[in-house]
Amino acid sequence: MKLTEKELEIVEILEKDARTSTEDIAKMLNLSLEETEGLIKKLEESNVIVQYSAIVDWSKIAGHEGVTAMIDVKVTPKRGVGFDEIAERIYRFKEVKALYLMSGAYDLSVVVEGKSMNEVAHFVSDKLSTLDSVLSTTTHFILKKYKHDGTIFEQNDDDRRIVVSP
Amino acid sequence: MNKMMMTEELWCLLNMKKTSYLSKTVEELKPSGIRRFFDLAAGMEGVISLGVGEPDFVTSWSVREAAILSLEQGYTSYTANAGLMELREEISAYMGQSFGVPYSPKNEIIVTVGASQALDIALRAIVDPGDEVIVIEPSFVSYAPLVVLAGGKAVTVNTKKENDFKVSKEELEQVITSRTKAIILCSPNNPTGTMLGREDLIGIAEVAKKYDLLILSDEIYAELSYDEQFVSLAAIEGMRERTILISGFSKGFAMTGWRLGFVCAPEELTQAMLKIHQYAMMCAPTMAQFAAVEALKNGRGDVEDMRKSYRRRRNYFVHSLNELGLECHVPGGAFYVFPSIKSTGLTSTQFAERLLLEEKVAVVPGDVFGESGEGHIRCSYASSMEQLQESIKRIKSFIERP
Ligand SMILES: Cc1ncc(COP(=O)(O)O)c(C=O)c1O
Repeated sequence: MKLTEKELEIVEILEKDARTSTEDIAKMLNLSLEETEGLIKKLEESNVIVQYSAIVDWSKIAGHEGVTAMIDVKVTPKRGVGFDEIAERIYRFKEVKALYLMSGAYDLSVVVEGKSMNEVAHFVSDKLSTLDSVLSTTTHFILKKYKHDGTIFEQNDDDRRIVVSP
Repeated sequence: MNKMMMTEELWCLLNMKKTSYLSKTVEELKPSGIRRFFDLAAGMEGVISLGVGEPDFVTSWSVREAAILSLEQGYTSYTANAGLMELREEISAYMGQSFGVPYSPKNEIIVTVGASQALDIALRAIVDPGDEVIVIEPSFVSYAPLVVLAGGKAVTVNTKKENDFKVSKEELEQVITSRTKAIILCSPNNPTGTMLGREDLIGIAEVAKKYDLLILSDEIYAELSYDEQFVSLAAIEGMRERTILISGFSKGFAMTGWRLGFVCAPEELTQAMLKIHQYAMMCAPTMAQFAAVEALKNGRGDVEDMRKSYRRRRNYFVHSLNELGLECHVPGGAFYVFPSIKSTGLTSTQFAERLLLEEKVAVVPGDVFGESGEGHIRCSYASSMEQLQESIKRIKSFIERP
């Protein structure tokens, strides 16, 4: 789907800050409020904008720190459906936060979140590795998130400029 | 006791003023009105500043990283007076590709300590005592003082809001005398944000040709033009030979603190400026030059992203100010809006001072940029959207207060 310049700008603005108000977007793009509403609706309906969500630093929330693992999975693709069928079987688990088909040494990259390492380990051994097409798994636990979806978690972005300058 | 000594002491006292070590020129130079405002705002907590004349972006990491690498590798010595050849070659290619004004890296480009130093050496290279240089106001605060420091006389021309602060041929001709040597032009403009299009430049070029004048074209904001393609004065027919083009990395590349700019001009002028530069500066800082090489090689995508971001904020801010009744023309470039505050009945200084004290929003009163700036304030929209939104709220409550 080809977007117009204005649509592209709306996507960029909302991807950066999904809470930017429609009034502000309208002003930023020299559009009327109605036009802007219409364009956003169109982007939502065509699933270009899939969802609005917040980036949360769970490590800050006592008792909810959780663990995330990235699991490299090798599978045997099936005739006719390739990787799609096994991918679907995997991404339907609610523990799976992201799933990507990869080039290179393995096939699927599965991002799994759980309350504890134990919980993730259980998921891998009970649910993932027992699937017929799965040949092998390698689990990597994330120790610390520095940057996620373009957002740096501990950013010192104080304004260091002097208050008035020529 | 002895009458002799008394009179001598008295004599010294009476002559205290006379023995000042300062030059007349410097003594008579007025401190910048910006400075006064800075002192007022600097001590306050919780101020939202729209008074900043620099980008809110930090220099791209790849550029900072290139400077770090140069330090690690031990590039800590002087460069050639005119700057690293590699950088001059990049500048040459950049000016050619981006603005259609190629200059020879060998003898038509000098890397300077900011556009500021480029302005200084340009003026010192061309001004004889008593020569006149035309400064179009409202203007960047350094032009007139630099002319004076170079021994010249700054002759000002006022522009008007009705004309979007563009100068007309007639207005220029009115102040031209037999002593006029040059005109300083700034587009996109600080403080008004006005950008001159090709037609405007052609008009000014005609005047320059007719009276055989040089133009110092300050194109430091060239990368920050939002509606039309920026046109360099040197690209106007017949103007390359009478243009000293001044630009740099401070604004478009968000590199103000690196103190790096450059000046491009035909060989004769460049060599004259190089004489001053070699004695007064030796060369621009080496690590900053390495950073600039990276900025030109790989940083143009970031410039594009920043430009987009400024454009959105400009649109937002201009709309919001106009809604508040603070009328402004849509500035085609830079990151300044120059709204009229005449509807409030206050002077620029009153408005700016009261806004700062009562609502903690710092703006710059327009009259510091020349008398034709009176009745206006300069707001920089190089601030986060949150800050811009909050400042609009505060300005609204300020002007709605009885
Ligand atoms: C019009 C204009 N020229 C020159 C400069 C100085 O730039 P630099 O940081 O390159 O010395 C500025 C900075 O505020 C400016 O606004």
